[in-house]
Amino acid sequence: MPVSTTNNETVPVSTAKRIQKGSLETDHHDPSEGLPDEPLVVIEPNKAWSALDLRDLWAFRELLYFLTWRDVKVRYKQTELGVAWAIIQPLVTMLIFTLFFGRLAGVPSDNVPYPIFAFAGLLAWTFFANAITTSGNSLVGSAHLITKVYFPRMIIPGAAVAAGLVDFAIGFVILVLLMIYYGVGITWSILMFPVMLLLTTLLALGMGMWMSALNVKYRDVRFALPFIVQLWLYVSPVIYPSSFLPPKFRWLLSLNPMTGIIEGYRSSLFGRPFNWIDLGVSAAITLGLLIYSSYAFRRMEKSFADII
Amino acid sequence: MKPIVRATTLGKQYIIGTREAAYDTLREAIVQAVQAPLQRLRGRNGKRAGDTIWALKNASFDITPGEVVGIIGRNGAGKSTLLRVLSRITEPTTGRAELYGRVASLLEVGTGFHPELTGRENIYLNGAILGMKKIEIDRKFDQIVEFSELERFLDTPVKRYSSGMYMRLAFAVASHLEPEILVVDEVLAVGDVQFQKKCLGKMSDVATEGRTVLFVSHNMVAIQSLCKRALWLTQGEIADDGPAGTVVRNYLSHSFGNQSLQEEVWPDIETAPGNDTVRLHRVRIKTADEMGSEQLTTKTPFFIEVEFWNLQPDANLSITLHLYTEQEVIAFTTGSGSGDPEWARRPMPVGLFRSTCYMPGDLLNVGRHRFNVFVIKDLSSLIYQRESAVTFEIFDLQERVVSHYSREPGVVQPQLKWKTEPVDVLQK
Repeated sequence: MPVSTTNNETVPVSTAKRIQKGSLETDHHDPSEGLPDEPLVVIEPNKAWSALDLRDLWAFRELLYFLTWRDVKVRYKQTELGVAWAIIQPLVTMLIFTLFFGRLAGVPSDNVPYPIFAFAGLLAWTFFANAITTSGNSLVGSAHLITKVYFPRMIIPGAAVAAGLVDFAIGFVILVLLMIYYGVGITWSILMFPVMLLLTTLLALGMGMWMSALNVKYRDVRFALPFIVQLWLYVSPVIYPSSFLPPKFRWLLSLNPMTGIIEGYRSSLFGRPFNWIDLGVSAAITLGLLIYSSYAFRRMEKSFADII
Repeated sequence: MKPIVRATTLGKQYIIGTREAAYDTLREAIVQAVQAPLQRLRGRNGKRAGDTIWALKNASFDITPGEVVGIIGRNGAGKSTLLRVLSRITEPTTGRAELYGRVASLLEVGTGFHPELTGRENIYLNGAILGMKKIEIDRKFDQIVEFSELERFLDTPVKRYSSGMYMRLAFAVASHLEPEILVVDEVLAVGDVQFQKKCLGKMSDVATEGRTVLFVSHNMVAIQSLCKRALWLTQGEIADDGPAGTVVRNYLSHSFGNQSLQEEVWPDIETAPGNDTVRLHRVRIKTADEMGSEQLTTKTPFFIEVEFWNLQPDANLSITLHLYTEQEVIAFTTGSGSGDPEWARRPMPVGLFRSTCYMPGDLLNVGRHRFNVFVIKDLSSLIYQRESAVTFEIFDLQERVVSHYSREPGVVQPQLKWKTEPVDVLQK
């Protein structure tokens, strides 16, 4: 835009040239030469069932990384204590639990000092609870992305779950320090620890994807989720060991996939025998939920941009 | 030639209300689930026809590689829906589109910017969201920073940026995308003139690089200068598809042609606006071309006519107009009191009068205008005023399209006399 008015026209030379170039456009070759024979993308109304497009997910793996990185970076921005919050939260919770449940109520802890017993449970639980809460709300919170740009939507709840892994890692370091303090040695069982983490992550992903997709349509999820998480805590062996229940009702507790997982963490850390039945139930439910929720997600995904 | 984009009978249907009333509740869903079988029994199968709207209907077109296609139409004509379908944000209800290249869509500048992150971090985040690989961003990082002119603020959180800096950074990232097909929505509508100019310049670079571009804009000048071809959408359907110049002309004359050169008429003196001294009969815009179909450009002279009944014998009435631009700024005022010396001081008999104001060419700037009508008595007292519903649009000249991108700044655009002469020059 020349600063002057129309009559004494001073057109920037570069601009004028640019336009000339545009209007000339001499094509010496057929520009469609390099085009693939098959379309890269076909856009059409999808049938009710659409398979998981793993190739598409793989192509956007870097976005998963960047969104996770963003969530991690942003989480403790403009807080005085910063990452310390990731230490304070489980540590203080553990202290309170130890005081009230371990000391006053005398909840047993399977021959492990109650503080690390509780901390191990809390570590797994906090990761899981935060992961499903943040991923459950992640799609709604990313409405501006969903309506403006394409990428596989699963990446959004996925990144929310993945971001929780950083807090988990910090908590794990504290757990190791606590174990050293209490003189709890590790055994070969520790090799199962990554498996436990994988199971937790997958279970959280399954729940998170499902909840986040439902949340797009039914904002009730936002209110229901914290409530569910709270109740779920009571029916999971975080504060108490699963052996605390009378054997008659133990099977009820095993139906909760977090039972096998939390006790699995403790087994791997404290070198106790694994409850393979509980673990099997957890793995089966996790896998089932993951398949169901990715199907449900794909089905609801189509209308996200229209109704979010 | 093989197309890079092929759309066949693309359609997108929305259920009315869905987009606003998105917050369904579980309770409603449960109630619905209970009612649905009952409704089916009664033979009312699902949606009623009246509850839906086709935002896009039967859109079929081929785009060849390297083509720059403008998409025009009024608000709600389906332009954005078409872009959303082509960029896979929303799924079409009918039809099919085949894309033979990587698509990047730019429906908004700065999608996914996070206010807490720094400029540097946002370049990576935004780049990844737009579909760039990390190595690609690494490679172009310096260019992006240079283009944004924000070297000094790279490590400042973008929430501390001014809106101009924010836009600059966002556009810098977006403009370094290298897809085969670029889909751009009205991103140029934001930002100041300088920014828009930069965007358009970059757009024309992209166009000359042989990339395929689909470009929505309300800026007809930009469309005509950047695009060889244009699609005109109206009510979700393609109304015209062809050379940009022709399509734009058709669109403009169809949309604004007769409509904006309108008039207001009150045939009945009893109900006409006014008071017991004066009543308006007619207010209209008239061009030299009596049919009134001619498009007003910055060069077209035209008339504003005000017809009124004088109800009091020997009243001394005159008309004043306040002319407003699109921005609701008064461009100027003009009155028959001083503009028409013959009638200015002559007492008027009871009856119908017509005051005509001649508007020369080279006066008003591009854009929509309206005016207020004032009736003045004895050149001093205001006895009646009315905001006229008559509006008119001044269009830019076709010739200017080649050398300019958009409207000149300024309330008016008068043609003034200039003269340049040597004062003290080096003698040869």
